[in-house]
Amino acid sequence: MDKFTVLTAIAAPLPEANIDTDKIIPARFLKTTKRSGLGVHAFDGMRYNPDGSEKPDFVLNQEPYRKAGILITYDNLGCGSSREHAPWALLDFGIRCVIAPSFADIFFNNCFKNGIVPIRLPREICDMLMDDARLGGNGRLTVDLERQVVIRPDGEEIGFEIDPLRKHLLLEGLDDIGQTLQHEGAIGTFETARQQAQPWQTRIVID
Amino acid sequence: MAARTLFDKIWDSHVVERLPDGTAILYIDRHLVHEVTSPQAFEGLRMSGRRLRRPDATIAVVDHNVPTSDRTQPIEEPESRNQIETLERNVREFDVPYFPLLSARQGIVHVVGPEQGISLPGMTIVCGDSHTSTHGALGALAFGIGTSEVEHVMATQTLLQKPARNMKVTVEGPLGPGVTAKDVMLAIIGRIGTAGGTGHVIEFAGSTIRGLDMAGRMTICNMSIEAGARAGLVEPDETTFEYVRGRPFAPKGEAFDQAVAYWKTLVADEGAQYDKTVELRAEDIGPSLTWGTSPETVISVTGTVPDPKDQADEARRVQMQRMLDYMGLEAGQKIAGVPVDVVFIGSCTNSRIEDLRSAASVIAGRHVAEGVRAMVVPGSGIVKAQAEEEGLDRIFRDAGFEWREAGCSMCLGMNPDKLTPGQRCASTSNRNFEGRQGPGGRTHLLSPAMAAAAAVTGHLTDVRELI
Repeated sequence: MDKFTVLTAIAAPLPEANIDTDKIIPARFLKTTKRSGLGVHAFDGMRYNPDGSEKPDFVLNQEPYRKAGILITYDNLGCGSSREHAPWALLDFGIRCVIAPSFADIFFNNCFKNGIVPIRLPREICDMLMDDARLGGNGRLTVDLERQVVIRPDGEEIGFEIDPLRKHLLLEGLDDIGQTLQHEGAIGTFETARQQAQPWQTRIVID
Repeated sequence: MAARTLFDKIWDSHVVERLPDGTAILYIDRHLVHEVTSPQAFEGLRMSGRRLRRPDATIAVVDHNVPTSDRTQPIEEPESRNQIETLERNVREFDVPYFPLLSARQGIVHVVGPEQGISLPGMTIVCGDSHTSTHGALGALAFGIGTSEVEHVMATQTLLQKPARNMKVTVEGPLGPGVTAKDVMLAIIGRIGTAGGTGHVIEFAGSTIRGLDMAGRMTICNMSIEAGARAGLVEPDETTFEYVRGRPFAPKGEAFDQAVAYWKTLVADEGAQYDKTVELRAEDIGPSLTWGTSPETVISVTGTVPDPKDQADEARRVQMQRMLDYMGLEAGQKIAGVPVDVVFIGSCTNSRIEDLRSAASVIAGRHVAEGVRAMVVPGSGIVKAQAEEEGLDRIFRDAGFEWREAGCSMCLGMNPDKLTPGQRCASTSNRNFEGRQGPGGRTHLLSPAMAAAAAVTGHLTDVRELI
């Protein structure tokens, strides 16, 4: 996973609530066995006509948003399926940060695992940042993770909250499996005690 | 100790360690694996030289990609075939128990787990699939995870988690004729919205919920995620214990009695505190369905399509209009009488034997309306066999339904069962998002009984007119 420290990027405004993971990446593209290559299908239904041509009205089909690194939406971004293909598609498109008033839980989690920073900010702030984003190349936003601020084009700084452990993993680009395996001894002790206390927890063995 | 909720109790009993920032290392009892969200996780293990810690707590099935037609032929679609073959290579390499495509026990992962007694009360159960919430019907803490977390569970048998908040949804009173668990859950989602449960685990309580059979409780918990919740829970009771008794992987004899003694402690304490509570009365719930492209767009079958003009918020107004355009509906239109092209009875929400019985009881002696494609996709090979033993397949076939093999089928457009653009479907599944059942497809979510009514009349219909 790539480290996330400071990102200055074009931000794409997508003023919609309840953008579900089927919208971010429809199920028919989940047949891959890889993490990469999904960017071309990100937002497929919103982005392309049935004949495969681009819908010119969709923000990510417009310059300079084809190179957006930040996406700003309304409430409940990423609701629906648990598919990690949603953040993989965003990442492959080039999005490293998503800003919304609220997120669906699993999508929110999945972002962190892929070096995408999900930032919760109130609706009126999102509206303001969308106005900035509409300036295109002149409205680049900066996300400074270490300092936990979004910096507007005029230099104004907006603070955001982030879980300290997750922040640490993002800043260092760390995989949390390695982190958990440092507690392998405790996991083994717990497991043994549990099996003794609850012997009815059967093992799954298929003959 | 302070009074605890059911969620608190299951959570506390699985915390291996609490990290300084409050994150818990949470032990996972059961890991369910399917072909779509696991290949990158197995690949991750391989690349890092890690082992899969507990193959004997893991079960794999194929469900999302599989065709539901003749299984003796090779799978035509190369990418689907590859994903299934990849899973088969991975389960061999990592020694994971697996129900292959031609096994009688194959089926939708959330049907198979409870059916086999793999999912038990008090457990923590995860799967790379948001509808893992289904297993909460047993009184287990069950939730969907992403592929990175799938890999984390494979490697460590744990997850790094912060505790969820507690929410209680109480439904009281007897259900009216033609009203099912699906209608209850649609009513709940309609009330609290698709983000109403975000950050929470919902405990479903009250006499209506207690009165449901396990299939009904699974329908309710299944769609907890459509209300934004991480998981749904129902306190285990005699209905639960009788359901679990005798299942292949359930404890037997004395071990079962010991287990029941423990499971009986899995109830919320008197005075347990909830961060949110919602109460509904069953008498207010009638046969219901969705009109739009979000599961919260619920109306009564006797109702009309709402008017965006009545919305104060502009973004919401625009979104509603887009939903109407996509769905080919007009504001103020009566929902009953809207013609359907396809009827789909299946999915992890509603493909259990009880669901098929409910639909069959409406269909018996009737025929699918002309021009309607109607299909039944049992949730597992076991459900299919039982339905055939009860003669339900004859009722469906005689009425003109397709009687298919088990899988996710038309719930999501990943296998050959898809809507074509503009087709309207009465569906017992769980999501009506744009394109969910195939690009351009229009989905109305409803109960098996309501789906059956739509099939025989050819339009969205109040099932009470047929019973």
